[in-house]
Amino acid sequence: MRDALRTREMFVVCGSGGTGKTTVSAALGVAAVLTSSARVLVLTVDPARRLATALGLGHGVPGNAPVRVAPEVFRELGHECQGELWVAMLDTKAGWDELVGRHAPDPEVARRLLANPLYSNITGRFVNSHDYIAMEQLHALHASGEYDLVVIDTPPSRRALDLLDAPGRMREFFGGRLISWLTIPARSRLAAAASRPFTAVADRVLGSRFLADIAEFFTLFGTMEAGFVERAIEVEALLSDERTGFVVVSTPEPAPVREARHLVSELGRRSMGLDAVVLNRTLPAGLRGRAVSSAAAELRDSDRVTRVAHELAPMLGLPGVDRATLEASLAHVLAETGERVSELQTAATRESDCRRSLDEVAPVVVPLPAVRGDVSGVAALVTLALQLR
Amino acid sequence: MTSSGQRPFDRSLLFVTGKGGTGKSTVAAAIALLAAGEGRRVLLVEMDAKGSLADVLDTGPLAFEPRRVDLAPAARSAGGELHVMAMNTEDSLREYLRVIARVPLIGRLGPLARTFDFVADAAPGVKEILAMGKVCFEVREGSYDLVVVDSEASGHVVAQLDAPRAIRGLVQVGPIRDQTEWMLAILEDHRRTGLLVVTTPEEMPVTETVALVGRVRAETGVHVTGVVANRVLPRWFAGLDGQVFEELAAAPIAESGRVGLATVIDAAAAIEARRSAGVEQLGVLAAELADVDVTVVPEAFTRAGGRRVVALVAEHLADEWGVAP
Repeated sequence: MRDALRTREMFVVCGSGGTGKTTVSAALGVAAVLTSSARVLVLTVDPARRLATALGLGHGVPGNAPVRVAPEVFRELGHECQGELWVAMLDTKAGWDELVGRHAPDPEVARRLLANPLYSNITGRFVNSHDYIAMEQLHALHASGEYDLVVIDTPPSRRALDLLDAPGRMREFFGGRLISWLTIPARSRLAAAASRPFTAVADRVLGSRFLADIAEFFTLFGTMEAGFVERAIEVEALLSDERTGFVVVSTPEPAPVREARHLVSELGRRSMGLDAVVLNRTLPAGLRGRAVSSAAAELRDSDRVTRVAHELAPMLGLPGVDRATLEASLAHVLAETGERVSELQTAATRESDCRRSLDEVAPVVVPLPAVRGDVSGVAALVTLALQLR
Repeated sequence: MTSSGQRPFDRSLLFVTGKGGTGKSTVAAAIALLAAGEGRRVLLVEMDAKGSLADVLDTGPLAFEPRRVDLAPAARSAGGELHVMAMNTEDSLREYLRVIARVPLIGRLGPLARTFDFVADAAPGVKEILAMGKVCFEVREGSYDLVVVDSEASGHVVAQLDAPRAIRGLVQVGPIRDQTEWMLAILEDHRRTGLLVVTTPEEMPVTETVALVGRVRAETGVHVTGVVANRVLPRWFAGLDGQVFEELAAAPIAESGRVGLATVIDAAAAIEARRSAGVEQLGVLAAELADVDVTVVPEAFTRAGGRRVVALVAEHLADEWGVAP
């Protein structure tokens, strides 16, 4: 990832929900500012409360305004920040209102649209809008020239690929027959023989007033077509540009791995730049090796485990406990751990299957360890960042 | 076992939801198998056609037309049946038009469905109402004893459950409004319909679960029957043993030359850290949802996927919920 961190102007972090995309996005940002003097923005979606607090994103932060992560935060951990790290949260509702304001031909259209009874329903439930907003924001931020690097954590979609399709679908929608049908005045619509089946069905199923509301919505929406389409084309171009890199995040589980493979193949099909697949929350390496197997055998032998306990006891700092009790407890703990090794090895085998599956399709697979302790803390982020470099 | 004695699947309609990655489809499938094992005729419906239910059950791709799933011999001899289907807009619209709206159709829906698909995406509640309509229709018809719905992930399920009410608010007259009445009668009957939320003991899923239960109770009339906390790691050490383990995890074992042992301790420590963070989250769940039954399902340490995992989860739920073996 070192080259990518130096040369890319944008990272799009995608993958199934629950794989730790937000953490990886933040870690990428940290990696970038620790290794270069870049001005970096990480755009997150709904970060875990602790991560938000750790990075200085309190609940009082309004809308999409970026907040800088203080260099002291890294200095306290013994790291010098060469660049500037900024973080912002993606607020899709505010994003839609902004978009309408930006693209509407005049304030009256914007006002009527925002007042349409279906507006908040559609912007709230139209799943693709989240993805489209993310892409639009990314484009706007990149175009602003304020950042050397923008890292975007993608919104949870039904399919992680929806975000890549979002600009294209927007374009299709505006160019399609549906919107022109929906915006023909009612009289002409009834007369249009070709649309009769749809009219019959729609009126029967939905009721005419509902159709009228939809028609008004899309009529207003249609006036923004030029702006949307132009922007959609630009966003698509930006995603395919060599300055944009994709990082696919997965965990060693079958469903996220399947999704990751699908994403990798789709990125390849669209000639978009895959920088790495990050395999998050992995167990320590070497679990299936011989050293571990012999250690397990030793622990399962009652004589040998007693000797190991005797040898290791001095390393433990439990002053209130007498030596004999400590050794007995330690022997028990070691024996139990020995019993559990097969469970650990099963988990490691599962992981290795997942890793192999990803290696088959992606040239760069970066395993990130499961972080001990608070995964949302900055210390953890720095640990991850150092592995990503 | 719930405080009322009614097990989550002792009803006609059970929605199973949860954040992506928590094992919602696995739990839904396990419950469906349990009910079939007691001799019931069960329909398992996948709402999100791009979901993983087919992989979980090791079946081929699912279709709108239900397909029968092989059961273990014991379940079969009890007379149970399991049928699985996946929702899709065009097929549910076609069925709706034919059976409910009685609109005569000439030829294929084809291009109409594509158009409808797009409107359905944009127009609030349309896709959801068709999906919910289909599910409620199956309950009303009584062709199955139990309908289990592998629902949308928690981010979208409220829109789905709320669709009949939302449509009723938007559409003032007409047949579709009438339909919302009988749908709501089924959905809002606590003994007939319930929602089960699946989570893992991690911060984001737990936060979403708590928020979701609040929203479902505030915005819909659907009864929250319980929460399943999935993939909970077992406790390995307690008391002094626990303290000793912590010290061991921090000790520089690798430096003593015991590389194999150091790796084992490292891995065990990683899992233990995850477990103890999980315990904290289970505490949050219990505190925030004090009046909700939480069933804990342990992590199944198995290499196999699919039916094997479902069987293990089903076994455990059977113990917890008092299902005869």
